[in-house]
Amino acid sequence: MLRYIGLRLLQAIPVLFAVITATFFLIRQAPGGPFDAEKPVIPAVKRALEAKYNLDLPMWQQYLHYLGDLFKGDMGPSFKYPGWAVHDLILSGLPATAELALYALLVALLIGVAAGVSAALKPNTARDYVPMSLAMLGICMPTFLLGPLLVLIFGFWLQWLPISGWGDLPGDKILPSLTLGAAYAAYVARLTRGGMLEVMSQDYIRTARAKGLPERVVIVKHALRGGLIPVVAFLGPAFAGLLAGSFVVETIFQIPGLGRFYVQAAFNRDYTMILGTTIFLSTLIIVFNLISDLLATWMNPKLRNQLSTKAGGNT
Amino acid sequence: MTLLSVENLTVKFHTRNGVTTAVDQVSFSVERGEILGIVGESGSGKSVSCYSLLGLVPMPPGKIESGRVMFDGKELLSMSEDELRELRGDDVAMIFQDPMTCLNPFLTIGEQLIEPLIYHRNYTRQQARERAIELMQETGIQQAETRFDAYPHEFSGGMRQRVMIAMALITEPKLLIADEPTTALDVTIQAQILELVAELQKERNLGVIFISHDLAVVRDLADNVMVMKEGKVVERNATAQLFANPTHPYTQQLLNAVPNGAKAYADLSQDHALLKVEALTTSFLDRNSGQRIKAVDAVSFDIKRNEILGLVGESGSGKSTIGRSILKLVNADSGKVIFDDQELLALNRKAMLPYRKRIQMIFQDPYASLNPRMTVFDALAEPMLYHGVANKQTVESQVLDLMDDVGLARKAVKKYPHEFSGGQRQRIAIGRAIATKPELIIADEPVSALDVTIQKQILALIFQLVEKHNLSMLFVSHDLSVVRSLCDRVMVIQHGKLLELAETETLWQSPKNDYTRKLLAAASGM
Repeated sequence: MLRYIGLRLLQAIPVLFAVITATFFLIRQAPGGPFDAEKPVIPAVKRALEAKYNLDLPMWQQYLHYLGDLFKGDMGPSFKYPGWAVHDLILSGLPATAELALYALLVALLIGVAAGVSAALKPNTARDYVPMSLAMLGICMPTFLLGPLLVLIFGFWLQWLPISGWGDLPGDKILPSLTLGAAYAAYVARLTRGGMLEVMSQDYIRTARAKGLPERVVIVKHALRGGLIPVVAFLGPAFAGLLAGSFVVETIFQIPGLGRFYVQAAFNRDYTMILGTTIFLSTLIIVFNLISDLLATWMNPKLRNQLSTKAGGNT
Repeated sequence: MTLLSVENLTVKFHTRNGVTTAVDQVSFSVERGEILGIVGESGSGKSVSCYSLLGLVPMPPGKIESGRVMFDGKELLSMSEDELRELRGDDVAMIFQDPMTCLNPFLTIGEQLIEPLIYHRNYTRQQARERAIELMQETGIQQAETRFDAYPHEFSGGMRQRVMIAMALITEPKLLIADEPTTALDVTIQAQILELVAELQKERNLGVIFISHDLAVVRDLADNVMVMKEGKVVERNATAQLFANPTHPYTQQLLNAVPNGAKAYADLSQDHALLKVEALTTSFLDRNSGQRIKAVDAVSFDIKRNEILGLVGESGSGKSTIGRSILKLVNADSGKVIFDDQELLALNRKAMLPYRKRIQMIFQDPYASLNPRMTVFDALAEPMLYHGVANKQTVESQVLDLMDDVGLARKAVKKYPHEFSGGQRQRIAIGRAIATKPELIIADEPVSALDVTIQKQILALIFQLVEKHNLSMLFVSHDLSVVRSLCDRVMVIQHGKLLELAETETLWQSPKNDYTRKLLAAASGM
């Protein structure tokens, strides 16, 4: 299995390299630069700044410089926040974003699995149509609409929950987590429904019923393991997507997370910051995909065996 | 006291397409220590009549319209879902047809074995484990202690069925319902499982309902036999009487449908064979061990013109691989395949094309081997046009001739495969195979997915077409009785090696190989 993980990580290197290269050259093609502002800087100052950050060198030299620094583990300084290194900024925003993504994932799993199972047990009845229609709505509704809607209902009308902040007031983490998790809950619900419908029609479910097991045991012990495999395989990409997609929610709810750096950096042409966050998120996507692949493989006893025999034979 | 008595049971299914009566006024009873065989074709209501008693038929769409069912002094039909659940897996246990799919692949064998004890008898896990291991040993599972923690995929089909049996008997039930428990197994394994069921039944004085489509299986096992057709009981009698004097025409038809006897031989003295296979070897890479496994190991044989050669072996013996290697659907490692004086294995794709027209294949599963989006006309016309057997002007009349040949109504030609029954679909598949006017047909288990009366019709059709079109055939099957009625010669293979090749009756009368003897004994013992 170690060999398999190693192989997958090796495959990630060219992918990351391509991402870095494409991002590096694309962002330079965008008009303007980090030191262009509404109020023009004196040309001499601008030249001095550009010289300081090596921006006056030919493009390919800048590229090599950047790769060299990156290889040493240095993502460079931020152009927009003087005195801050890119990796410090990322680390400062990461805790809030990671926490938000984790809660959103929990929301997605709790709501999604419950709705999906409920729908699969009574297919083509109201218990199927209602949650699945809601799920469709959840997928269609963008977060910038759902967020303010939830704020309006629970924040202003009902006055149950705070409308912004992160960890300042009790309960202020609920609405952002719900907003971000909703669309993923909908995906999870659809995947769960499909997986469970497939499993519930298997012969071994009939065997479990013939053994006189309580329906709860039939569903939770016999059906859910197989039915959730597609969901587990989706968790990796979902978590990475939540991390990368948290920007809108972070803005709506004033959360000091990673997302705002990412988007602002693009507006500001903060080259190193854009590259840094892109590399960081790409790495996360690759790692989480690998983890959820391993998890889904491990859940299937037949494939689990193959993993361990591979490890036994080759490591 | 009668263990189970069923009176006037009627079960209907209410679906969008109307109401169908699955079980119609059926009555039967089982005593302790009695084996009742229920025989009928698929859809005859034999499974539904047992499942519905135990609440295992989904309702809706199913509905029990009438009936009275007494089990061990209790009325079943008035029981609540929970009371029925308590009964299932405790006093009444079941085993099913396909042990490959009936065990949960995500749970260990042990976990599945102990469940009835834990949920019905409040055993601790340790107690249940000890009991389960005892029963695994009793049902003939070797190294029960270590196998306890294995997963279903680590067992063979026969072993899995033993696990199913152990699981059913673990609560010492009074009644065992066995629904086609040997149908998915190889013939030698079938015999072992039947023996095991009979033995355990005697020891425990069990009442058994043995559901099967196969009269031969029931004959040796059951005390009484009930024959069902279209939801009704057509005949019920003690086994010996039923086989000696079948009174209902349907029972007679079933009995006649069991293939028996031999056919006239083709002229085997001809010295020029149509197909000659020399030392054919085909191997596959085993992903687990990284080694190459020989599926076919230096097999040589020939097929004369107008001969039907039977190829018999259990699943995994390499019999299908032989057929596929000849047609180059899989690549052989070495050997020669000489068809009409031309070596085929060395030919490239293009050079092989004319031979694909002259050698055709029929597959086991007519459901899977026909394209669901092509009408019968398209399916039959395509190979004709492609291989130039017909042109645009003649194709329609030629397809209609072909429909006559395979016994299908001409007007059905515009229908899609799903609109036909299994037997009719196999007729289409046969029609597709003979559409290019081939000389050799490789038939890979062409009747094993079909009911026994349909089997007989399809075998008759194959025989008739072989005569009419002067075909030669390699007939691959695991079923010796089918092979006997059809083939001129039979070859037996095991683990990819040719064990014996002889004229059919010679092989039957004086088999030379131990394994052949075992196969024959298992087939006639049923």
